[in-house]
Amino acid sequence: MRFVLRRCIFYLVTAWAAVTVNFVIPRVMPGDPVQALINRYQGQLSTDAVESLYALFGLDPDASIWSQYVDYWGRLFAGDLGLSFTFFPTPVADVILQSLPWTVALVGVASVLSFAVGTLIGVMIGWRRGTWADGILPVTAFLSAVPYFWLGLIAIMLLAVTWPVFPTSGGYDGGLVPGLYPEFIGSALWHSILPAGTVVISSVAGWILGMRNMMVTVSSEDYVTVAQAKGLPERQVMFGYAARNAVLPQVSGFALSLGFIVSGTLVMEMVFSYPGVGFVLYQATGGQDYPLMQGIFLIITLAVLVANMLADVAYVLLDPRTRQEA
Amino acid sequence: MTPEPVLEIRDLAVDYGYGASPVHALRGVSLTLHKGEVLGIAGESGCGKSTLVYAATRLLPPPGVIVGGEVRFHGDDGPVDILRMTDQELRAARWQDTAIVFQGAMNSLNPVYRVGRQLTDAIAAHRPGSSRAEREERARELLTMVGIAPERIRAFPHQLSGGMRQRVMIAMAMALEPKVLILDEPTTALDVVMQRQILEQVMELRDRLGFSVVFITHDVSLLIEVADHIAIMYAGEIVEQARASEVYRQPRHPYSHGLLHSFPPLHGPRRPLAGIPGSPPDLQALPSGCPFSPRCPEAMDVCTDVHPDLGPTAAAEPGRRVACLLHTEGRTLPASLSV
Repeated sequence: MRFVLRRCIFYLVTAWAAVTVNFVIPRVMPGDPVQALINRYQGQLSTDAVESLYALFGLDPDASIWSQYVDYWGRLFAGDLGLSFTFFPTPVADVILQSLPWTVALVGVASVLSFAVGTLIGVMIGWRRGTWADGILPVTAFLSAVPYFWLGLIAIMLLAVTWPVFPTSGGYDGGLVPGLYPEFIGSALWHSILPAGTVVISSVAGWILGMRNMMVTVSSEDYVTVAQAKGLPERQVMFGYAARNAVLPQVSGFALSLGFIVSGTLVMEMVFSYPGVGFVLYQATGGQDYPLMQGIFLIITLAVLVANMLADVAYVLLDPRTRQEA
Repeated sequence: MTPEPVLEIRDLAVDYGYGASPVHALRGVSLTLHKGEVLGIAGESGCGKSTLVYAATRLLPPPGVIVGGEVRFHGDDGPVDILRMTDQELRAARWQDTAIVFQGAMNSLNPVYRVGRQLTDAIAAHRPGSSRAEREERARELLTMVGIAPERIRAFPHQLSGGMRQRVMIAMAMALEPKVLILDEPTTALDVVMQRQILEQVMELRDRLGFSVVFITHDVSLLIEVADHIAIMYAGEIVEQARASEVYRQPRHPYSHGLLHSFPPLHGPRRPLAGIPGSPPDLQALPSGCPFSPRCPEAMDVCTDVHPDLGPTAAAEPGRRVACLLHTEGRTLPASLSV
């Protein structure tokens, strides 16, 4: 229990630090969002409008930095992340809420799939080391070395242009209105096959290699020999004794990778013009959209923190040695 | 009456490595374990003691290869050759016929499973008809048998001390009441007090349950106390085989003599302590003739040419065999080997 409490305090402090950094950075950068916005409208803004914009962004020059900070927290808890420039005057929170489900669903499913398949293949070839199964290794090494954007472009070229089986870009058919009806869901699934497939192909190799190497290490542990000597069925030795222990580092790696689902697929969403968080971040960067970038960074930071927490919990559940009371 | 054999190892040969120049780790080892007997195997590190056990139970990890010989286990349905069993037969026979307690007390238990689960999974694999409650009951009984409180069935390995873990391993080995228990340096990782406790425990269990024991160690003094018969190994071969008390009082091989004089006797008169000069041979480049000849204080010219085979001693003592050319006819044994 004390362990859980300690971890919770740790995460709270980290979250506070992340939010604070997020608050400080735009304020120490040269220029400010209002200036950027004024430039965008090429000076066609009245003084009143400029003042209200400053107030809106919480950048009131008359207010002290402390009151700005308190203000910032207040608005954060109210879910107010400011207004986006690129999609002016849509609130940042709405922009993020619109794109987040796309990313989380697509990359989430792809990551889980990649982890599950990769780990399972890793178990198999790690258990049968020194046989034909080792031939898979160079292939996986090649796949993990291929840059993702190249893989994505090749996939588009072959499967969407040369043989137009799949759509080249987007998250759904342009003629449809997003909503939960069969036609739209079917279209969304159809559009997700290439992006998800390429994400799985490019990330599965890492899981295979990691699991295979851990399997080889764990297979020579005494307790695996003991399990063999006990005459347990081979599957039980392989999964219950070898893989059960070899998977521990994989699990923490996986939980950490979950945190990067939100951000780490920037390239994929760019290549496929997929309407997710990464694509929005890309647009925000292009449009010098500070509030939007800030909002996305905040979400990414929180996602990484939550993923870390999941990793901790998973580890405690899987490894009894970490459960010991300190 | 001659006692019945339980485990017979015949001409067992093991190589490490494939290809042109494998290392011959075991070269034609033959041993017989009789019912209810404690057979000790002693020798320096790297002489092939552990390889012998791993090969005889087919647990030898690659690149170890069994290149010849047979291991006959005398079960209830007559003798079977373990080396020629199918994988399925082998799995069914393991733990049931021969259980092993390994060297590493620290790593022999799966760190993520509770002790109880590890005690019961072997029972579940071999007695599929047993109920969960029965298996648990048996696990508690086993723990009590080795002097651990039955509540510890819920403990994880890291919650137990090294000595307790090794006791759990012994309890686990007893789970199916095997005919043969192999102890592969079971006490190396433990302190001297714990060593004695564990051994006494095993011997007490043996008296009660009547299994046979193969006890492997480099601690000859320990062996002499607990074993009935002793085989001394050197460079992948057995160089002397006799009853424990005989080896202790009257070693017949210069290597046994050296081994026995490299530790102080606990009982009897004091005697000067002497080690064995040199170091264990490189198995990849064994000397010609007798492998012990370069280190042997009694070496003769012929020793570097002729390889001695295991045979009767010069005095033809019953039940004793030695592999030394000093025991061939027409040679006079040095005083140290003819007491």
